[in-house]
Amino acid sequence: MEILLAVTIGLLYAAGIFLILRRSMVRLIIGLILLGNGANLLIFLLGRISKGKPPIIPEDSKVFTDLYADPIPQALILTAIVISFGLQAYAIILVKRAYRVTKTDDLEEMITTDEL
Amino acid sequence: MISHFLIWPILLPLLSAIVMMFFWSKPREQRVISVVGHFFTLISAIFVATRTMKGDIYTLFAGNWEAPYGIVFVGDALSGALVALASFSALAVSIFSAGSIGNGRASFGFFPILQFLLMGLNGSFLAGDLFNLYVWFEVIIISSFVLITLGSEKAQLEGAMKYVTMNLLASIIFLTGIAMLYGLLGSLNLADLSRRIAESPDIGLINTAAVLLLVGFGIKSALFPMYFWLPASYHTPPAAVSAIFGGLLTKVGVYAMFRVFSLLFIDDPFIRKTIIILAILSMIAGALGAMVQENIRKIFSYLIISHIGFMFAGLGLFTELAIIGAIFYLFHDIIAKTNAFLISGIIYKIRGSFRLENIGGLYNQFPYVSILFALALFSLVGTPPLSGFWPKLYLLQGAFADLNAWMMFGILLASLLTLLAVVKIWIAAFWKKPQVRKEIQERAVWHTLDQQHKIILLTPIIMLTLASLLLAFYSSEVGSLAALIAQQLSDPRIYIEAVIPTP
Repeated sequence: MEILLAVTIGLLYAAGIFLILRRSMVRLIIGLILLGNGANLLIFLLGRISKGKPPIIPEDSKVFTDLYADPIPQALILTAIVISFGLQAYAIILVKRAYRVTKTDDLEEMITTDEL
Repeated sequence: MISHFLIWPILLPLLSAIVMMFFWSKPREQRVISVVGHFFTLISAIFVATRTMKGDIYTLFAGNWEAPYGIVFVGDALSGALVALASFSALAVSIFSAGSIGNGRASFGFFPILQFLLMGLNGSFLAGDLFNLYVWFEVIIISSFVLITLGSEKAQLEGAMKYVTMNLLASIIFLTGIAMLYGLLGSLNLADLSRRIAESPDIGLINTAAVLLLVGFGIKSALFPMYFWLPASYHTPPAAVSAIFGGLLTKVGVYAMFRVFSLLFIDDPFIRKTIIILAILSMIAGALGAMVQENIRKIFSYLIISHIGFMFAGLGLFTELAIIGAIFYLFHDIIAKTNAFLISGIIYKIRGSFRLENIGGLYNQFPYVSILFALALFSLVGTPPLSGFWPKLYLLQGAFADLNAWMMFGILLASLLTLLAVVKIWIAAFWKKPQVRKEIQERAVWHTLDQQHKIILLTPIIMLTLASLLLAFYSSEVGSLAALIAQQLSDPRIYIEAVIPTP
């Protein structure tokens, strides 16, 4: 499971970086989304994966007696997902508006702000 | 010491933003609430700053969950001072935007978003937890995304594409660094992380995480070679927005670097050297960029990059003198850059253009205002005895004590080039005769404004110039505050002991 996740994360990062290097705005946004998902999965993986061990203390004891899944990474991912959801929604609308105003999808043509 | 006053600089902007929501389509009321809200935020921030200035570190555990388990806010001397300065600059910008932001932008929520931006800034200065810092960063960037695009002009949207992309990328890199640190050490509380890193054997992986954070914060603070988004976007929104961006947003990246690289990743020669090299290149590249530009706001944008280099230089050297210089410079730069961009806003109102060839003759027409602008511009350069001079002196002394000839060369060259860039602005905008063009003249609205409106626009500039003069005339007091900060930064045990007291 860990190896599969690690490979997936690597693929997501690689695909994301490949896409943000393209000239098309839409691919840029998709690239950023993939990178964000890669980062979320990375937190999940690095929080160590343990199956079927909920972090609940059994009724007859006062402390954890067994290994348990760390709940913090999941809280972190949840926060990160919500944030990236908002940012991505914003970015998509921005691309739409920018396309409507500049009439182009090509980032190489959006250079008026770089001129002297 | 549990201290609830730490939360006020974060809660008050939130509260004013919520109140403003009830006046959504009433720009007039929003302007008043905005200024009042920023004023009370400033009072609470000054309260925090006067407490932390004495050298105590205050903590606030959210929900009384003690560190390292819960979210913690920490106010040390650096956070306190920055919260006060940020709130002060935000108040100035708020007054300026009350006079300069049109009803169109105001009715789409300009003023509430400005409050959220300040909330994010104050939150990130006070956060005591790496993930919490990330969340505050996101609060800042989402507010800044809205501010930079509000109005949807072509240049704004093009600039925003670059700004949004680079900031999202920086956040993802920062998040990757956080994931690595959590995976290695199992904690995200800064004080706890600092303890665990000191004991950890995985130096290689921890340095990898450190470089990820360096890149993430480097993009946010526009460090060489990650600065290209800044001059492509900061000159596109209204001047008030440029002012708060230029004065505060890059400085959050600098603050995060100081916090993380003093507390967590200490004494790694490779990272130290990398920061020094990037800082020197940043100083020179930014100053050279400023030389060739023709748009005032782009000149100031490049000067931001150049001056970020000074602060990073102090962080790279990490001797007491160098940190004092860098922290002092940080204080000075927040005030000076906000002021510079606000001045460019006034110039636009007078002449209808930001381009040097279209403005000119300001000194003839407005001699008193020009003198005010001159004070602000030359404190940006660091002409003695204005406020930019003293931190550079400390930095040069620090570089000299470290026998770092390249850094001394960089500081002096960048100062000289900054002087040339500002002189260029001065000659073109204040002395030369203006080229009058009809379509630009129509945008010049200054002569149509009434007296009260002009006073509202000039008040923030007078405030910031006075603050800049105070920094200069009380330089020994500011220097001793910076020395206290340097002492707290160079000994992480003080911070750890304040957050997680040893029983």
